[in-house]
Amino acid sequence: MMKTKLLLGLFLATITGTMLIGCGSAESGTTIKVVGSTTVAAPMEKLDEAYSLIQPDINIEVQGVGSSAGVKAAGDGTADIGMASREIKESEKELGLNEIVIAKDAIAVVTHPANTVKNLTKEQVKDIFEGTITNWSEVGGADKDIIVICREDGSGTRSAFEEIIGLEKDFNGKTVSSVVPTAVIQEGNGAVKATVASKESGIGFVSLGYIDDTVSPLNINGVEPSVTNTLAGDYTISRPLLILTKGEESAELQEFIEFILGEQGQEIISENYIPVK
Amino acid sequence: MEKTMKNIFWLCAGLTVMCILFIGGFILIKGIPFFSHTNLIEFLFGQHWMPSGEIFGIYPMLVASFYATLGSITVGIIIGISTAIVITQILPTRLADMCSKTIDLLAGIPSIIYGFFGLMVIVPILEKHFGGKGGGLSLLAVIIILSFMILPTIIRMTEVSLRAVPNEFKEGAYALGATRLQYIFKVQLKAAKSGILAGIILAIGRALGETMAVMLVAGNTPLIPSSIIDPVRTITANIAMEMAYAAGVHQQALFATGLILFVIIISINICMQLLIKKLERR
Repeated sequence: MMKTKLLLGLFLATITGTMLIGCGSAESGTTIKVVGSTTVAAPMEKLDEAYSLIQPDINIEVQGVGSSAGVKAAGDGTADIGMASREIKESEKELGLNEIVIAKDAIAVVTHPANTVKNLTKEQVKDIFEGTITNWSEVGGADKDIIVICREDGSGTRSAFEEIIGLEKDFNGKTVSSVVPTAVIQEGNGAVKATVASKESGIGFVSLGYIDDTVSPLNINGVEPSVTNTLAGDYTISRPLLILTKGEESAELQEFIEFILGEQGQEIISENYIPVK
Repeated sequence: MEKTMKNIFWLCAGLTVMCILFIGGFILIKGIPFFSHTNLIEFLFGQHWMPSGEIFGIYPMLVASFYATLGSITVGIIIGISTAIVITQILPTRLADMCSKTIDLLAGIPSIIYGFFGLMVIVPILEKHFGGKGGGLSLLAVIIILSFMILPTIIRMTEVSLRAVPNEFKEGAYALGATRLQYIFKVQLKAAKSGILAGIILAIGRALGETMAVMLVAGNTPLIPSSIIDPVRTITANIAMEMAYAAGVHQQALFATGLILFVIIISINICMQLLIKKLERR
């Protein structure tokens, strides 16, 4: 009898224990919750790592869930800092957020390394993604049908790309993306890169930080996509990386933001993106 | 003591049922509000999926999912049932055992590995031989990958039901002068049909619900495919791909998509259960 009761006790303890683990343990110190764009979340995690050495008491929680969710979270106060990898939309302005540009990101148009086309104008890029130009021979390449590879709807990189290139059209009175409907859609910068790398007649776009030898970045209007060219404003397919706060910032928050914009923070950002200071 | 343990078991069983109710309820609550934006008919039969303009029609994806499931199930049934017959009836025991174990291994491979294999091996082969708008990323690639994935389910279920057919049937058939093939096709398969059908239902569920592997090889173009080498987007891929960044109506639309998928899978299950019952009664 004793034994069975003990077993029963253990059983219940395990169940409650498992439930409690899910709740997570409370850590000492202040927690700063940073929520939003996955593009910004990547450097933010590195910033968090570096900052924890300086301020071990401050606990920074980074969640990459997308720009729109980041703006929303900053607006309704579920996050202390929102992250966005695009300009704030008109409809989001009314949330009254403070916008701080922490870096710039450039989007590179990429093709297979074997492709002989190395330069396109912004108009040609637009025509290719809209499906008006369908063969590489029309832009000086081989006689091959172009396979357009695009990010999924809702992606910050895609909306930034569409906005900069002007890939918008009117459809039944609504403004919709004018990327050719037959385009192959892949989720994430990595998947787009891998697909372009495996298709000789493919064309896609990825964040500048994702470029490596498996794909070849195109010059746009004769300008190479690079950090220097983006900062100088010559390379035009670029976007800001924003952090958003609402209302009066606490001292801890201000300190963290100063760290991001300071020398060390900007150096960390410069590993993948283009620092602003 | 016995009573307490009984209660605990009840609690555990209750938890499982609660999970299903919660998931169903959650999808309903998240998905239903969407239908004030687009009505059900427009949503189901709308030809355009343009979240940027808040135009949501999942017809192309329903069609793609239907073709992909139909295609893979057809291939799966033909190859799967034949394999099961070979394993149970024709191969010597030791070889059959090896075959059986290999198939089990096939069932244990994670779906992302199937997808990766498809992307790296099957898609380039298709691109070389057929080309197509998606450069090999196509409905055909999806069907091939899904066929691989559902084979173990069909083979295993068929194998088990074939083995469950009483030996008397065999003796009876042979006594009446049936050949081996006549026995297999006219007696054994018929006697095992409810088990085989159950396997097919499981396979349909898996084919319809598979996401990761499909997403990698489908090309994910939200258009009705005009040929088998056109890129397609299935219902599941639509949800998985866009959920990460979706907000507002777009997110609701994805939940509504999930709701439709949920309803389809439940209806298929119910229909098939009824069919099995009917078959068993005969």
